[in-house]
Amino acid sequence: MQEIVMPRMNQDMALLCLLIPLLPFIGFLLNGLGNRKFSKGLVGFIGCSTVLVSFLISIYLFLDFKANGSQAYTVDYYNWISAGSLRIGFSFLIDQLTLLMLLMVTGIGFLIHLYSAGYMSHDEGIGKFFSFLNLFMFSMLLLVMGSNYVMMFVGWEGVGLCSYLLIGFWNKNTNYNNAAKKAFIMNRIGDLGFLLGIFLIFITFGSVSYPQVFAEASKLTGLDTPVMIGITMFLFIGAMGKSAQIPLFTWLPDAMAGPTPVSALIHAATMVTAGIYMVIRSNVLFILAPTTLEVIAIIGAATALLAATIGLVQNDIKKVLAYSTVSQLGYMFLALGVMAFSSSMFHVLMHAFFKALLFLGAGSVIHAMSNEQDMRRMGGLRKALPVTFITFLIGTLAISGIPPFAGFFSKDELLAHVFEHNKILWGVGVLASFMTAFYMFRALFLTFFGKFRGPEEQKHHLHESPAVMTVPLIVLAILSTIGGFLGIPEVFGAEHVLGDYLAPLYTYARSINPAAFETGAVSHELEFILMAVSVGVAVLAIIIAYFMYIKKEEVPAEENARLAPVHNLLYQKYYIDELYNSLIVRPVMWLSNAVHRLVDVIVVDGIVNGVGRMVILSGRTLRYAQSGAIGFYLLVMVCSIALILFLNFFIG
Amino acid sequence: MNFILSSLIFTPLLAALVVLLLPVRRQKAIKAVTLLGTLVQMVLAILLYFRFDGSAFANGQQGYQFVEKLHWIGFSLGTLGRFQIDYFVGVDGISISMVLLTGIIGVIGVISSWTITKNVKGYFLLYLLLLTSVTGCFLALDFFLFYLFFEFMLLPMYFLIGLWGGPKREYAAIKFFIYTLVGSLFILIVMIGLYTSVIDPQATAVQLGLIGAGGTAAPNAILQVQQMLQQNMVSSADMVRTFSIPAMMEPANFIPGSLLHVLSGVELWYLPIRFIAFLLLFAGFAIKVPSVPVHTWLPDAHVEAPTPVSVLLAAILLKVGGYGLIRIVYPIFPDAGAYFSILVGGLGVLSIIYGALNALAMNDLKKLVAYSSVSHMGFVLLGLASLTTEGVNGAVYMMFSHGIISAMLFLVVGVIYDRAHDRAIQNFRGLAKVMPAYTTFVIIAFFASLGLPGFSGFISELLVLLGGFSAPEATGMLPRWLTVVAVFGLLLSAAYYLWALQRMFFGKYWIFPELRAKATITDLNFREYLMLAPLAVLALLFGILPNLLLDKISVAVTGMTQLTLQNGQEQLELVLSSLIR
Repeated sequence: MQEIVMPRMNQDMALLCLLIPLLPFIGFLLNGLGNRKFSKGLVGFIGCSTVLVSFLISIYLFLDFKANGSQAYTVDYYNWISAGSLRIGFSFLIDQLTLLMLLMVTGIGFLIHLYSAGYMSHDEGIGKFFSFLNLFMFSMLLLVMGSNYVMMFVGWEGVGLCSYLLIGFWNKNTNYNNAAKKAFIMNRIGDLGFLLGIFLIFITFGSVSYPQVFAEASKLTGLDTPVMIGITMFLFIGAMGKSAQIPLFTWLPDAMAGPTPVSALIHAATMVTAGIYMVIRSNVLFILAPTTLEVIAIIGAATALLAATIGLVQNDIKKVLAYSTVSQLGYMFLALGVMAFSSSMFHVLMHAFFKALLFLGAGSVIHAMSNEQDMRRMGGLRKALPVTFITFLIGTLAISGIPPFAGFFSKDELLAHVFEHNKILWGVGVLASFMTAFYMFRALFLTFFGKFRGPEEQKHHLHESPAVMTVPLIVLAILSTIGGFLGIPEVFGAEHVLGDYLAPLYTYARSINPAAFETGAVSHELEFILMAVSVGVAVLAIIIAYFMYIKKEEVPAEENARLAPVHNLLYQKYYIDELYNSLIVRPVMWLSNAVHRLVDVIVVDGIVNGVGRMVILSGRTLRYAQSGAIGFYLLVMVCSIALILFLNFFIG
Repeated sequence: MNFILSSLIFTPLLAALVVLLLPVRRQKAIKAVTLLGTLVQMVLAILLYFRFDGSAFANGQQGYQFVEKLHWIGFSLGTLGRFQIDYFVGVDGISISMVLLTGIIGVIGVISSWTITKNVKGYFLLYLLLLTSVTGCFLALDFFLFYLFFEFMLLPMYFLIGLWGGPKREYAAIKFFIYTLVGSLFILIVMIGLYTSVIDPQATAVQLGLIGAGGTAAPNAILQVQQMLQQNMVSSADMVRTFSIPAMMEPANFIPGSLLHVLSGVELWYLPIRFIAFLLLFAGFAIKVPSVPVHTWLPDAHVEAPTPVSVLLAAILLKVGGYGLIRIVYPIFPDAGAYFSILVGGLGVLSIIYGALNALAMNDLKKLVAYSSVSHMGFVLLGLASLTTEGVNGAVYMMFSHGIISAMLFLVVGVIYDRAHDRAIQNFRGLAKVMPAYTTFVIIAFFASLGLPGFSGFISELLVLLGGFSAPEATGMLPRWLTVVAVFGLLLSAAYYLWALQRMFFGKYWIFPELRAKATITDLNFREYLMLAPLAVLALLFGILPNLLLDKISVAVTGMTQLTLQNGQEQLELVLSSLIR
């Protein structure tokens, strides 16, 4: 965050900024209200064009920003919530990070919208689909544009809602609904952490707006104060949920139940990187809490490795990609943990390119295979789907870190920073990167090489997808090929475009901890060695995969086959879902039943009804004293008087 | 003189008179008159909302707007002074939201009641009587008048549940009746205690001859009377005791040596008598809120009550409990409020979690919604107990927002019950397929209720939790872990709503075989759109533009909170010091 952020009072600019999220929202309303009357073409047109215009405006804003000296500014609209000392404005912050996220979200978003117009063209719910997709764009844009934590939270929960709606889009299938519910609830666990973080920020800094909070934070002295650890840990819990880190990652693989464009847009390219956006946005706060950063690095590395191991044995093409997403997100957090914020952002961007590409490619395959996702039923598809094959290959090379594709530059830069910080974490990163290359090529070989293993009649149905789907693939493939040049390592003597661009974000953080932002600590020789190691392990992994799946033509075992213990453990995802079920879900359900049946019905209501019954009973009993015999009354009276006198004698 | 408040209170009563004169068979006319009456009331409420000045803070006797004050019952008691009850109504930032809510829900309730066929005349008569008494409650500034309306609410509600309810309606109605009656007895006791302890400074000034009868309140004269009172210079015969709530809010109006004076030093069960009075009042209103553990009347009443009655009950009647706490209990006994904040906040958090856990265990959709009400009203207690400006604003906002959202929830339950005469969650599956529009409204209602940003529920939960969280520093009230526990309520609410949604609305379409013969599952009709759509729009409107309401309530609530906090701390010291002596 730069030191001075001025509000920019320009009506045109305010309108333009507002249009970016507003257009998709209008698309949501139009498609949501009119989806049963509109033709499929119109639905697609509304859905895509709104996002395209948002993208164009984002480009304009970006150029304008560069032309005006790259000075961050806020655009204030209205006073959203004001009560007591709390003032939360509805306003946007436009700076380097926002613009980068805007370009990524709207740009890739548009490509995926376009692709969806083809992919969903046979689905009767296409209107509903596009309205949800546009609602997602709206929420995501609020998330990245908001100028305070509460607005980020609004977008944060909003994307969670859309994720829920879209995962359960085909809601006739119970498993899909379970996946949707799980995603929302796991995300909500994170959201509650985020909320507590916001509260702690408010009581610590007296505001939730970024410029004020960060300016206040930069005045703090002393690292690792309990309150800063508290704030950053709570924020990180939020990031864990949204970005699927241990222990809140199990929802993301299940989220693949949604239509494939959803997986590409929400569960790979944009929404799941919100956690990284949040940490980079709050870099001042995190710099003040090195302990939290250490935790983030460890959790990131552990997630990268754990997810990669599970990815090794999955047979569903989307599940492989899902675990690879979790793993890549782990890398990004690993980079954040070692304070390589720009490198993490670099990887976010590259990952958005190649992972969107891979998912859309997988979608193209699934489309051709009439919704078959099991790689054991595929094989040899490269002839029938040439464009999909070439682009998928590029994506696979990019994610495996083969130069000069996008993933090579970002992953290499990221791992170099990790190496500086901690050799063990670097080792974990390299190991995970080895596995990544292996399982990605395993997926590639199983899908596109060898013989076709599906039913015979399906073989004749195989077809390349229409242009509306392949054009986005081609564009993303180009980006995955050349995107890496945004951040060419220093050793090659070129400028690091992205790093320089993002540098002003860390003005405050740099003043607090200058050492973290010094570059060139790694010597050039070492950097070349590191590069060679990463490329070497990737190539090795590819060769192994080649021998296993091309030479020996291995096909993964069928569902009910007995697997070796380790293999089985991986295939069953370490039984983590089962663990959560028996440790959390079932106890909560048990508790809720116990509370109702035991406490509410028997204890609380029992007492209430007991009091009632006691009153009736005492009434019934006392009735007998009312016998109507005067003699009895007199007797009782005399006895009572005697008793009172008697007691009086003793007490008095 | 402006009669807008009286018009608000008595419009439904007037309509009731017209209904009374209509023959039983003119059902259409009866409904039309009721609708007209509630529409007029709603328009008046909206008019009041626009004309209300949100920047004014009502402190003590001043600052209430559109005040109407008439001597109602008054006679001399010789040496015991004068007995006086006023027709004293006025509106401030706290009541304006409730009046607006009552106006809106009143109309929605009539639309929902349109299908009532059994004893139409009686039903709508009671309905209108109920609206008059609730509105009266929200506008009364005289405790006696408030109590009158408060008690009167009971009668129509008892019959509405007991005559138009489900199979166990007698049990539910009597349970509701006894619960509330016990609560109002507590309130009555404290009200009488307060009456013996508080004077009306202005009327006393008149009695003392300091100002002429009918003269306006000269600030110095009132101050003079208050000083004389505290120095024991006013003879008992000259004291004009009062039920005026604003008078009770000022410690200077308490008669020295009276039971509830801060320095009375009277103890009961090892507690100062003022604390006992607070606890009695709190119990009385907590039953209405309802707070755990005095909530068990609510699920029964909801389950048996017909849909529109449930709507009124959840959306407006429960609010009288929270409103009473904010209007009466805390300002009059701020010392005890500060002292017992952990109790009130603790019960709030208990209600949040306990209500949510119960909702999770429910198989009856209506019971689920009822328990979710218990859970959400817990936020009102938590926000209030924090005594932070954010928290109390959030509490008031929650009452309004819950009014809108719970009305919507009960209406959607009613929609399926009307069609299938059943609402057990396990008897339905995949309703989304046959009832897409209905499912959309259910999703909106559920997500609004679970606090999704963009809906009004989010604003109130945010404010309450923020207030609770900052209370340890800001006001020294609640321990922080209490609010952290409350946050888990948000998770549980997501769990029970999503689970219900999944079980009833998603999956393949299926309904329980025995229901199929009687059930005709169709999507929403025009009347149902008419009642659901406005509520959905309102829930969104007050989520996107919360300042529509906060601008009206914030100044008053903030002023009241700060006054309560300040008075509370001062008086608490006095109360405790008087005990040591």
